[in-house]
Amino acid sequence: MSGSHGRTAPHPHGHHHHVGDHHHEHRDGTRAVDDGPMQLGQAVRAMPAQVKLVAALGYVLTIVATPREAFWAFALHAAFVIVVAIVVGMPLATLRRRLVVEVPFVAFAVLLPIVGRAPRLDVGFVSLSQPGLWAAWNILAKGTLGVAVSALLTHTTSVVDLLAGLERLRMPASLVMIASFMVRYGEVLREESERMRVARLARGYDPRWFWQARAVATSAGSLFVRAYERGERVHLAMQSRGFTGRFPTSSRSDATTSQWLGALLLPIVGVTIAAVAWSVR
Amino acid sequence: MNALTITDLSYAYPDGHRALSGVSLTVERGERVAILGPNGAGKTTLVLHLNGIMTATSGAVTVGDLPVVKANLTEIRRRVGLVFQDPDDQLFMPTVRQDVAFGPANLGVRDAELDERVNEALSAVDMLDVIDRAPHHLSGGQRRRVAVATVLAMRPDVLVLDEPSSNLDPQARREFAQLVLELGLTTLLVTHDLPYAFELCPRSVILDEGRIVADGPTRQLLADTELMRAHRLELPYGFSVTADSPTR
Repeated sequence: MSGSHGRTAPHPHGHHHHVGDHHHEHRDGTRAVDDGPMQLGQAVRAMPAQVKLVAALGYVLTIVATPREAFWAFALHAAFVIVVAIVVGMPLATLRRRLVVEVPFVAFAVLLPIVGRAPRLDVGFVSLSQPGLWAAWNILAKGTLGVAVSALLTHTTSVVDLLAGLERLRMPASLVMIASFMVRYGEVLREESERMRVARLARGYDPRWFWQARAVATSAGSLFVRAYERGERVHLAMQSRGFTGRFPTSSRSDATTSQWLGALLLPIVGVTIAAVAWSVR
Repeated sequence: MNALTITDLSYAYPDGHRALSGVSLTVERGERVAILGPNGAGKTTLVLHLNGIMTATSGAVTVGDLPVVKANLTEIRRRVGLVFQDPDDQLFMPTVRQDVAFGPANLGVRDAELDERVNEALSAVDMLDVIDRAPHHLSGGQRRRVAVATVLAMRPDVLVLDEPSSNLDPQARREFAQLVLELGLTTLLVTHDLPYAFELCPRSVILDEGRIVADGPTRQLLADTELMRAHRLELPYGFSVTADSPTR
């Protein structure tokens, strides 16, 4: 049937069981083992998401707990993050690009030394608040490292797996479902709003001034109504397939002890850095 | 035993508008019946009564030997597989695999058996190769097929397709028709795509203003131009069906 459907190779995402598939099978049946870092990266990818979530969260907590005066400790944290990035095979350029989401917080941090309270420090023509400087450094250092760790997490884990991981960490099923609806329908809504934008342009709408934004606001309203109606239809479709208000949970894909131990290396290193930083203070 | 029995079904919205008045219909096992009607005829309202999403004001619906009443809803929803018009409404999970698993999981199917159901349903619609893709990355035709798989995974007795040909390109449309024939399930095809009804369903009923106004061989109904026009149903330009047109 339907011979014209293009057959593609099975999608590689979302599996936890395929680590071995990446080895090259030789004719005589022996396997060529990949280089060390490559193999480690695949092992990290194959880890169940809950393990990586716990490891990432734990490590971020240790970063936050590191005293801000210990510059060297943050240098160690940064070095460790870079090592992990190399191990999991995340290009450093990609990592740097992901850090852009931090920009609004940076803008806030930059304000602190200017508006902060005394004692003030004179640097050239400007006078900067000393506590403000510390606060800004604190936000910048911990924020950047935190964002970098979550970038590592999302680089090695698909959104779908992350959601499954949250569910296995006993996050309430309805919250996981809401998040997964956002993943699923974000794109649908984006397409709908894009169609509405094109329809506005097609009728000569070319807003230049703020007060011409009325049409955009109206479109946003009707986008909301459409989303609401879609929600109703989706609910009908869910009910039709036997949904009664309780989400079926999947209890599979448990992590092995060695996976937990491997992942917990992150918070362990973090705790060590933070503890040493506190003790030599 | 009939696959589906609708007896004198009426439904009025809370505001008093009567959407269905005295609808009676029997569908035999293995039969494919088209429900034709203009927009607003009550087609969707009728369909939502078949699996108990809407509750009849009066009259009854029976699926196999089981009446559609609250106590039977789980089994009724297993038996009646409803495929909605917009696959984006039907496919709400992040991956095809999770979506197809949703129905049987609600029925209490777990683990290895659940995997088997998912594989079985996706193989039946020839979509096993997209199992780990996100629904919004599929083409219209693929989404439609996966939407059918989501109900096949519940091993239904009756397949109800709401406007299945909408948004399909001609090739996907033909392939989907082929799929419906191959599945061989008792099928209700709700549509105003008359050539599609003619291709797939030997029998049709016409629903207008909440009543069944005609019930007979599709060819005979489509050939009756007076009847069709009276209910805002017209074959597209260039099409004609006569009493001796070939049928499947």
